[in-house]
Amino acid sequence: MTILLTLTVLALIAIAIWQITKIFQLSQPKKVNTQVADDDDNRWNGQLMFAFLIFIYAITLFSFWKWGDVLLPDASSEHGLEYDNLMWISFAIIFFTQTITQALLHYFAYKYRGEKGKKALFYADNDRLEAIWTIIPVIALAGLILYGLYTWTDIMTVEENDDALVVELYAQQFNWKARYAGEDGVLGDANVRFLQDFDGKNLVGIDATDPNGFDDVVVQELHLPAGREVIFKMRSQDVLHSAYMPHFRAQMNCVPGMITEFAFVPTVTTEEMRQTEDIKAKVNKINAIRRENSLALVAKGEEPLEPYIFDYLLLCNKICGASHYNMQMKIIVETPEEFEKWITNQQTFAEVIQ
Amino acid sequence: MSTAAAQVHEEEDHGHHHKETFITKYIFSQDHKMISKQYLITGLFMGIIGIAMSLLFRLQLAWPEQPMGIMQVLLGKWAPDGVMDPNVYLALVTIHGTIMVFFVLTAGLSGTFSNLLIPLQIGARDMASGLLNMISYWLFFLSSIIMLASLFVEAGPAAAGWTIYPPLSALPQAQPGSGLGMTLWLVSMAIFIASSLLGSLNYIVTVLNLRTKGMTMSRLPLTIWAFFITAVIGVVSFPVLLSAALLLIMDRSFGTSFFLSDIFIQGEVLHYQGGSPVLYEHLFWFLGHPEVYIVLLPALGITSEIIATNSRKPIFGYRAMVASILAIAFLSTIVWGHHMFISGMNPFLGSVFTFTTLLIAIPSAVKAFNYITTLWKGNLQLNPAMLFSIGLVSTFISGGLTGIILGDSTLDINVHDTYFVVAHFHLVMGISALYGLFAGVYHWFPKMFKRMMNKNLGYVHFWVTAICAYGVFFPMHFIGMAGLPRRYYTNTAFPYFDDLANINVVITVFALIAGAAQLVFLYNFIHSIFYGKPTEQNPWRSNTLEWTAPIEHIHGNWEGKIPEVHRWAYDYSKPGHEEDFVPQHIPLKEGEEELQH
Repeated sequence: MTILLTLTVLALIAIAIWQITKIFQLSQPKKVNTQVADDDDNRWNGQLMFAFLIFIYAITLFSFWKWGDVLLPDASSEHGLEYDNLMWISFAIIFFTQTITQALLHYFAYKYRGEKGKKALFYADNDRLEAIWTIIPVIALAGLILYGLYTWTDIMTVEENDDALVVELYAQQFNWKARYAGEDGVLGDANVRFLQDFDGKNLVGIDATDPNGFDDVVVQELHLPAGREVIFKMRSQDVLHSAYMPHFRAQMNCVPGMITEFAFVPTVTTEEMRQTEDIKAKVNKINAIRRENSLALVAKGEEPLEPYIFDYLLLCNKICGASHYNMQMKIIVETPEEFEKWITNQQTFAEVIQ
Repeated sequence: MSTAAAQVHEEEDHGHHHKETFITKYIFSQDHKMISKQYLITGLFMGIIGIAMSLLFRLQLAWPEQPMGIMQVLLGKWAPDGVMDPNVYLALVTIHGTIMVFFVLTAGLSGTFSNLLIPLQIGARDMASGLLNMISYWLFFLSSIIMLASLFVEAGPAAAGWTIYPPLSALPQAQPGSGLGMTLWLVSMAIFIASSLLGSLNYIVTVLNLRTKGMTMSRLPLTIWAFFITAVIGVVSFPVLLSAALLLIMDRSFGTSFFLSDIFIQGEVLHYQGGSPVLYEHLFWFLGHPEVYIVLLPALGITSEIIATNSRKPIFGYRAMVASILAIAFLSTIVWGHHMFISGMNPFLGSVFTFTTLLIAIPSAVKAFNYITTLWKGNLQLNPAMLFSIGLVSTFISGGLTGIILGDSTLDINVHDTYFVVAHFHLVMGISALYGLFAGVYHWFPKMFKRMMNKNLGYVHFWVTAICAYGVFFPMHFIGMAGLPRRYYTNTAFPYFDDLANINVVITVFALIAGAAQLVFLYNFIHSIFYGKPTEQNPWRSNTLEWTAPIEHIHGNWEGKIPEVHRWAYDYSKPGHEEDFVPQHIPLKEGEEELQH
């Protein structure tokens, strides 16, 4: 029904546009029909240019007011705070430039709209002006590049310290698995050739001849201890995937045939995150929407939607096939004590294949 | 060299034309003006299909998995009960991207206006090789047919995204679209690349060798500079895509392992060993990024010409405009890695590509400021072409600025492949280049079809499109910043994204209205071809040479001698002249000095 209504509205809009243009045509029968803009055209289009400037500002402000709350909350990782800083600095520069340049462009289009008999200024060059607007971006960009590269090097340098937790993220169409290195802190060798060993119980293809692999733990839910560095090793068994953890400002592709890396320190536990004002407001908003949608479902005789509870997400962010849109894994950040308790309750590879 | 060539050319007597049959005149024509019309009409046809596809998947995104009659009508068994299948969604996204980037904004834009304007604006009888030019068009036509044919394959067309990254694109087991559909995609693109190369070589040779007497490189209109440099980028980068496509064909059909290694799929270990998908990504983006400028530079060239003409002012900073085209062209070939910051390549490479990428902002900023300064104290004739050109500058700025975020390897980590990227490149490259195409059509329609387009329909077309373009892509940034990945069939699998549903509806409604506005253009275009008001010789009072050629198209472009050029193309409102324009073929007055540009 909504669809039908929308389509009707669209059809009406199309007809309206068509009629308006007809009126335009009919309302100017006396004028010479040259199809070249005359003073009238210049005037009203110039005015619309100015109105358009206001429209651009308005849609910017409106979007922030109306949808500002959908943006990701503050980062839940150590490097993420640095990331957010750089992002806001870049945004400040972008909005400043956008506001000024759009104003100049559209204001000039309005102010200098053509009139018969007026002559434009013959003004072809000014080296000094051009030098100025070459140098200003150079300075701004030099700052951004330096800051960006400093942060990039910081984020991407993975130091193998003893304290770090090593986790393998294993991607396949269309789900994720995680493998922990176990007590020895070393992931056993693995390859897709071993996937069929042990009646398919070898979920990520661990090489049973490598002793490092026996204490490895393979799970379907990613648990991370807060405050400890986690080094991720990404693998994929079939096509490209991308491990995207937006709340931690973390992403890396999973490439068949190679192991990629990303490391970060999660700082906020899932429980703490659920208590932040941002997330509380977001969850409330989402649940209000879900309640409303449930009413419609119940009316149709279907199950209502379950209320939503916040959890960190791992999403696939590289097109990988039909169910790409639903390739996800829950991430639970907890205190180191809770984490230790959880991991000791998991089955090791040796136990699984027994 | 150029003048000598021109003289030789002039001495040929063009008075006696061969008798032309219907077929040699309208179908297998070697005349650049006819070929340009063929490119335009084929490009517009492909554009209709590409845009219609985007409306279909926008419907799915706004009202996910709700039965819609239109889906059933258009997609048949691919939309059981009126709900689009996820594989079909991916196929639509893929073919939309392919068609818009290559068939509309490369062939449709560059093919049309390079063909029309290069000979006419430099004062040549035709392209250096009419035959190659004709072959170039027909290869493009053939590749379009094959691409469209792939839509009718049982398992569906290619669906791995327009970048067709292997292994997804290499393995028919990975998705249905990677079977025959992908084979057709690759064949079509291989032919397309051949067409593009033939065209580009022709443009380069023509610009270098066939300029009329007095048309030095520093007097070339900026359109020609843009087309010329675009052709150079195309020749440098398209062959690399061809090699990628060929290697992918070998992996798919002959069992080689260029891009594949260690794969287990559908319960089976495949034999591939030692290849890497990252290699494919390098090869693809070595074209893929310059491609952005192959699309954009012609649009900027067209805009430069139209803004100067309609401002009745010289383009501000001609030398800087040429220099920035050259700088952008050079930089565009060494920035491809910014598409691969998180592909698993060495992070140090990421640093290098961040540096080169952000450098592109400098020539881009120079261009934007120069356009704005050209408007300053002008006498702006707000014709539809001019509106689209101003609109281009606006979206070029809005879309370009977010490039500062995406080009920065650090910031890219979290917005990579989200809707933020989709919003960015649609504004800066998609919409901007489309505006360039529209501006070019409105401006040179009289030259192509001897008639004028209706201006009021043009105004309606522009204003509705301009509002909707921002209405679609501005909110889209927010969806991306919320963390929603692109190429998702629906976001209902994540309750976390439930609050984005409203934004998706807003975007889709704007997209549908924008789609409707294109019908106004289409009507105007077709109607004006037959019933438009006949044009004057030089309707926009422009300086460039094409307006000295007779309205009625003749083979060889000018009766008698080709006009000689005495000045640059931008003597608008020059003091000491009665009129506010002085065409390039008018000799300098006594004591008049040519501007040192």
